[in-house]
Amino acid sequence: MEMFDLIAVMAKILFVIAISLGVIPFLVWFERRGSAWMQGRVGPNRIGPFGLLQTTADVIKFVCKEDFVPKNANKFFYHMAPTVALVAPLCAMAVIPFGSYLVLGDHTVNLQIANMNTGVIFILAFAGLEVYPIILAGWASNNKYSVLGALRGSAQIVSYEIAMGLALLSMLVVYGSFNPHEMVAWQNETIFGFLPRWGAFVNPIGALVFWIAIFAETNRLPFDLPEGESEIVAGYHLEYGGMKFAAFFMAEYVAMIMASGLISTIYFGGYGFLPGMQTILNLATEYFSLGVAGVQNVKALLEFTSFFSKVSFFMFVFVWVRWTLPRFRFDQLMDLGWKILFPLSLINLILVTLGVYFLN
Amino acid sequence: MGTVNISRKYTATQKTYLWAIFIGMKITFKRLLQGFFLRKNNTIQYPEERRDYSQRFRGMHFISVDKNKTENCTACYLCQTVCPAECIHIIADERDEDNNPDGVKKEKRPLSFDIDALRCCFCGFCEEACPKDAIKLSRNYELAVTTRDDAIYDLDFLKRDVKGRG
Ligand code: SF4
Ligand code: SF4
Repeated sequence: MEMFDLIAVMAKILFVIAISLGVIPFLVWFERRGSAWMQGRVGPNRIGPFGLLQTTADVIKFVCKEDFVPKNANKFFYHMAPTVALVAPLCAMAVIPFGSYLVLGDHTVNLQIANMNTGVIFILAFAGLEVYPIILAGWASNNKYSVLGALRGSAQIVSYEIAMGLALLSMLVVYGSFNPHEMVAWQNETIFGFLPRWGAFVNPIGALVFWIAIFAETNRLPFDLPEGESEIVAGYHLEYGGMKFAAFFMAEYVAMIMASGLISTIYFGGYGFLPGMQTILNLATEYFSLGVAGVQNVKALLEFTSFFSKVSFFMFVFVWVRWTLPRFRFDQLMDLGWKILFPLSLINLILVTLGVYFLN
Repeated sequence: MGTVNISRKYTATQKTYLWAIFIGMKITFKRLLQGFFLRKNNTIQYPEERRDYSQRFRGMHFISVDKNKTENCTACYLCQTVCPAECIHIIADERDEDNNPDGVKKEKRPLSFDIDALRCCFCGFCEEACPKDAIKLSRNYELAVTTRDDAIYDLDFLKRDVKGRG
């Protein structure tokens, strides 16, 4: 590996981590402020303009808190859980492309940390890891509420992973590839001349099942049973305080960003242009009379904008749904997962497979 | 007895829930826009704005005083007796002639009069029992204290000049 590649990979890793961790304070602010607007409240508005520095105050508080470990906890797993919780979704982000490629001199930089042919499998593997911190945290903190939360969490994630995997599989049948770049390229075409050929338009049931499943995967309302404040206090992270709790908190947001990136890539055209962006690119090309490399770089920038706005939209929906829907009861959750989403995604997979077989 | 199952008839649209979810999300989105653009909210900014509670609100106690700033209480123990939480503790004493210009009306006085606000349930029975209208509950609802001792109101604290119901 040359020096340039090494630096490029480092820069990309730094960029992705900086963006995904850097937007969390804003997300938390929006979660609180947005929920306040939805509920006819004001929300945090004291610290900084519009309360934007509220998260900073929270972090200061978290850092200053006592580093508490329950007496009978298993120290090793107790400390491992928040780390795994944060690292797993960050790793999964490595294969989500946020643009096609940049041209710098005579090098091209692929805007994806790791370009793997097995991209989607890699994401699934790390998304599947998200169940471990919950079990570890719940079991290691030696508290019955934590264990209850952990059991619920693991049952929920395992059942929804199946529906999610089947929904994903139906899309893999359509794309015929595991590589996210190829999926995005496939979706960049149009159907009937105007509609972008996004996965969600080709396979709407799959998109819906997948969308519901990622809510369960990230433990967000209406599927936040592992945390169910009213029944089991705080669930698996009950015994965690200070920065260790903050790590779980951040992990939830990183997982949401990862899930939003995943659904944008697989079902909503990824970094492909939003309608109208091609016009901007053409205008910019003419106006600045760009060369081939320049056009590609502007294109990459627009692609990143497109991806970023899609992810932002899904993050907004996460917050929006959270403050709209009440929590499911556990049996309802299992009913939905096993009796509705699982057969639905299975039937959908068969239909899509037949469709792809006969259309080709 | 056992479990009573009440089954409702759901239509197909109701069974999928999606339409209902869509309606719910429409409402929250409308509220979001209202909150963001019109600054519409139903809450108040508490320390700056305060709610005006009813005249009958039962908050922090006080003991009314007469024109000479002498407490109206005659240490009759009625409030202490009626108090369901047993949080009033009175020690009675004789009142000095000098402090009693009205003659026979207030011969007894409370030497100490403590109310343990941590036990008090703000039922207002003490106020109803008092023959002298001495102990009353004001409309002050800001009862937060920093130590437990501060929550035991003594006579000096209770003898505040409170207008009307405060
Ligand atoms: S309000 Fe009720 S509980 Fe409180 S001191 Fe008076 S009688 Fe006792
Ligand atoms: S009932 Fe009234 S007069 Fe009697 S002791 Fe209590 S406060 Fe004093």
